[in-house]
Amino acid sequence: MNADEALLTYVLRVADNALITGQRMIERVAGEAELEEELANANFALDYIGQARMLYTYAGELEGEGRSEDDFAYLRDTQEFRNFLLAEQPNGHFGDAIVRQFLFESFYLLQLEALADSRDKRLAEIAARAEKEIRYHLRHAAQWLVRLGDGTDESHARVARSLAEQWRYTGEFFAGDEVDSILQSEFRGPDLDALREQWLANVTEVLEEATLAVPGETFMATGGRQGLHTEHLGFLIAEMQHLQRAYPGASW
Amino acid sequence: MYTQGLDQKGQTSKPAAVEESAEQLAAFQARIDAEEKIEAKDWMPEAYRRTLVRQISQHAHSEIIGMQPEGNWLTRAPSLKRKAILLAKVQDEAGHGLYLYSAAETLGVSRDQMVADLLAGKAKYSSIFNYPTLTWADIGAIGWLVDGAAIMNQIPLCRCSYGPYARAMVRICKEESFHQRQGFEIMLELTRGSDEQKAMAQDALTRWWWPSLMMFGPSDKDSKHSAQSMAWKIKRFSNDELRQKFVDVTVPQAEFLGLKVPDDDLELDEASGHYRYGDIDWQEFYDVLAGNGPCNRQRMAKRQGAHDDGAWVREAAQAYAAKQAAKAA
Amino acid sequence: MNKEWPLYEVFIRSRSGLSHKHAGSVHAADDQMALDHARDTYTRRMEGVSLWVVRSDQIVASDPAETSAFFEPAEDKIYRHPTFYEVPDGVENL
Repeated sequence: MNADEALLTYVLRVADNALITGQRMIERVAGEAELEEELANANFALDYIGQARMLYTYAGELEGEGRSEDDFAYLRDTQEFRNFLLAEQPNGHFGDAIVRQFLFESFYLLQLEALADSRDKRLAEIAARAEKEIRYHLRHAAQWLVRLGDGTDESHARVARSLAEQWRYTGEFFAGDEVDSILQSEFRGPDLDALREQWLANVTEVLEEATLAVPGETFMATGGRQGLHTEHLGFLIAEMQHLQRAYPGASW
Repeated sequence: MYTQGLDQKGQTSKPAAVEESAEQLAAFQARIDAEEKIEAKDWMPEAYRRTLVRQISQHAHSEIIGMQPEGNWLTRAPSLKRKAILLAKVQDEAGHGLYLYSAAETLGVSRDQMVADLLAGKAKYSSIFNYPTLTWADIGAIGWLVDGAAIMNQIPLCRCSYGPYARAMVRICKEESFHQRQGFEIMLELTRGSDEQKAMAQDALTRWWWPSLMMFGPSDKDSKHSAQSMAWKIKRFSNDELRQKFVDVTVPQAEFLGLKVPDDDLELDEASGHYRYGDIDWQEFYDVLAGNGPCNRQRMAKRQGAHDDGAWVREAAQAYAAKQAAKAA
Repeated sequence: MNKEWPLYEVFIRSRSGLSHKHAGSVHAADDQMALDHARDTYTRRMEGVSLWVVRSDQIVASDPAETSAFFEPAEDKIYRHPTFYEVPDGVENL
């Protein structure tokens, strides 16, 4: 794999994480616990869709075959998506959503901080912009996690369960492959080992404040970045792509 | 939007708990006539307060329930651009619901109470949101027709005599200015597209036209609270006046799109410059209001579900705040 | 415990150099949440560079029934305004 191929694959992975995360947030619309949280959730989802659009557009330029943002989002099949398994898990309740957002964004923010310093100028620009958005998201998610963890007995029990369920999908964040190595060596991309350490420290600090125990060593599920997804992703993709698939070539 | 005067039929006015002297009422009316704004803590007749609470909360509920039919297509929006635009619009509706609840809260009613009234079926919301969005074209039709009708209604409300309501409406109108255009743009794109897309657009207009006309509420002769609301300058134009204005501006837009308005009686009256339109099926309107529209139960079940599912979250946040306050003390 | 989150009033400084102006209100369980809600509700279109939130029940307001006693005494003190004074033609920089 050469450097250009690695960069393209990397950009698509980041884009897919953004799109699938945003799509799951969109599923929550009109179902939030309080009206003000509707506005927050929609803001987050809009940020993610915006990030995905910028990244897909850039991927199209890197690839040079004329593919648009929508071609990447709407005309690839499930196994061509490269998002983390965590992103595609069904929404569950508000606590599940907060835990997922917190675990992922604790990683994503560090990833973006590193990418903002990348040698690839376009990727660095996109990352710098996204970093500001995610910093706010993460603060929001962390505060909610603390409220739920240290709220009522019920809320504590619920998010403790969410955490136990989702922890197994966090190993994938740091399971680097050739693409990550090339990105690090050729484009000054993130050092995943350093990120893991920082991530665990940051996550631990918030979990402690939330009176939640950090889950111990456990089996870590992977596969998202090889296109080996859980069953859930296929339905998300089918729903999302419905119109583009039913009316090929139509303009909307 | 959505101030149809929905629950005016059979509404009995309770006598005011506090004696209101003729002098007070006259002084109040004089302020209104002088175009002064009434503010939250000013003296006001109980009936004025009650009318406003009913209208503003109905309006707020409509925004909130109105998120559902459009939200129905968010996950399936056909491009990322359309997805972002639609999401921003649905989010605005949540925001507008919030501004309106806030305006109503200045009148001494809590949001909790208003939501409870909605869930109990005591408070109404606009009948339009009990119709289903069956195709993507419905998203275009809602923006174009439903938001178009709403704007007719809402612009005059920016000059409503009650300050907090008027200010909320100014903010809402400013934010909504893109809503109708994005709907029209969707229709335009469809009518320029394939035969299937054109048929989709026509079908949407056919289904949404009459319900949109009903959004302005009962005909003036059947709308008994209208006169009082006009005197109080809560309302500035009658239901029929607004409906006529809507028809007059919308029919040429449909012609531009090459779509047929589903009304065989529709014709331009050259003398007055107004379009004459056919009879509205008021039975359908009252059926939908009574809970028998295609989606009434679904909409309420979704709202009730979100409310119930959120209970533990709201409680947890309060419990946490109480713990923090205790620690600080 | 099942009462609603308290109400907060939201004030926005639209750009530096201007004072904060009342924008509306939000419900929130705590101060930090109130700030977030204010941000997410009232600054979606770049409306502000600074936010204040304050619990609505902490605001001390004048009584509308006392409006005349409170504010009208200022009406007859027109000498506080520069237009009260005569400036003859030809006098400048005053």
